[in-house]
Amino acid sequence: MHQHFAGLARLLLGTLRDLAPIVIVIAVFQLGVLRQPFPDLGDIIVGAILVMIGLALFIQGLEMGLFPLGEAMAGAFAAKGSLAWLLAFAFALGFGTTVAEPALIAIAAEAAEAAAQAGMIADRAAARTGFADDLRLVVATAVGLALVLGALRIVKGWPIHYFIIAGYLLVVLLTMAAPAGIVGIAYDSGGVTTSTVTVPLVAALGVGLARVIKGRNALTDGFGLIAFASLLPIVFVLAFGMVV
Amino acid sequence: MEVIDRIATALSTTLLDVLPIVVVLIGFQLVALRRRPPNPRRMAIGFAYAVVGLALFLVGLEEALFPLGRAMAGQLSALAFAVQASPGWRDFAWIYLFAAAIGFATTIAEPSLIAVSLKAGEVSGGAIDPWGLRIAVAVGVASGVALGCFRIVTGTPLPFYIIAGYAVVIVQTMVAPRAIVPLAYDTGGVTTSTVTVPLVTALGLGLAASIPGRSPLIDGFGLIAFASLFPMITVMGYAQWSAWRARVAARKRKEMARKEMTLKEDRQ
Repeated sequence: MHQHFAGLARLLLGTLRDLAPIVIVIAVFQLGVLRQPFPDLGDIIVGAILVMIGLALFIQGLEMGLFPLGEAMAGAFAAKGSLAWLLAFAFALGFGTTVAEPALIAIAAEAAEAAAQAGMIADRAAARTGFADDLRLVVATAVGLALVLGALRIVKGWPIHYFIIAGYLLVVLLTMAAPAGIVGIAYDSGGVTTSTVTVPLVAALGVGLARVIKGRNALTDGFGLIAFASLLPIVFVLAFGMVV
Repeated sequence: MEVIDRIATALSTTLLDVLPIVVVLIGFQLVALRRRPPNPRRMAIGFAYAVVGLALFLVGLEEALFPLGRAMAGQLSALAFAVQASPGWRDFAWIYLFAAAIGFATTIAEPSLIAVSLKAGEVSGGAIDPWGLRIAVAVGVASGVALGCFRIVTGTPLPFYIIAGYAVVIVQTMVAPRAIVPLAYDTGGVTTSTVTVPLVTALGLGLAASIPGRSPLIDGFGLIAFASLFPMITVMGYAQWSAWRARVAARKRKEMARKEMTLKEDRQ
């Protein structure tokens, strides 16, 4: 227990280094460029302390919970030896974590607004909500399928760069064919899909799979799941824009 | 206590966010695996740490840094208009600098990037330095966001930049050291998360709103795409540079050895 707290204290100090750049940038621009005093300095200090404690707890939680959990799941599925269950799990993890992702909900609402203004859909509340919900389902399905494809790649040992290059070529082709209003939204949707709790789990799952399957290298085969999850939504949203 | 209220709210929203993950994990555990994982108590505590930590982290950011950062993004673009009535793209130098600085700083603090770089350090047996990886990614986000702001100011089309960026990524993929490629692709996806997205989006929307002829809804999007594309380039670039330095060092060592050999032969 004692050791536990010593470790936490060390982590707390480490977070100082992680957060120093933000504090410096904001202070320099506020005082040096905009030449304004800091409003509510007390709030800022309380906030900064919360950020430090939060980050230290999160990192502790990574090492204790999220990483071992992801690797244990990978090991358990490999021991079970059923590819179908592994892929079902991958889809559920991708779809389930994305469909309720707050960043995606926010972007989908903004995207519906943009689409209504651009005349892609009728400018009515019902049409906007429908568009936003469809967009969320499309992105969540894309992330689910991305993890399925990514997990299958690790199991089979296919090299990742063919997929990524083919995916980018597809994005380029679809960009030319899709309506201009959807392009920015599609590109951004790839970035918002991977939440902070999902990323460590998915990374540990990939590395865990690569470790337990014979002939796979944890570094070259284990990473890449997150890349699939960022690329496939772009393809799907561009295609969605052409259908709507 | 307002802060405690906010922590409670943040905690409940974070719990709601992770609920689907917990349902999927427990569901598959019960239906498919039916085998107790090792150390379930410790894992559950760790999971709780991560969730509570994330909630505190978000409240702190919302309390301390986000309001200020958002306000600054707006004020800095106003600064360009204060100097000149119709500023050209050069008059937005402060914006580009702020974009680069805030892109770098928020990426260093990004929890999912910390997670992936810790994992990469562990998996590579120390060959990949987590801190070096994070700096390479942060440099990528910094240049991406700065270029994205330049694009909003000039109003040039987004696909042009993204397609050019993809071309660079494809070429680098063919020549960069093989081991780094999947990791580099992953960093593109993890950079844009809890810390970076809110500030960068605010910057894009504020900038697009303050420039005549730009629509926040159409031109405000796209900064996140820049922030996820450029880290791939810088991470592969960093690996290429390290490999090149290692080659040069190896060649130098070989030459030194050969010189010593010839010296010895001469003496004999």
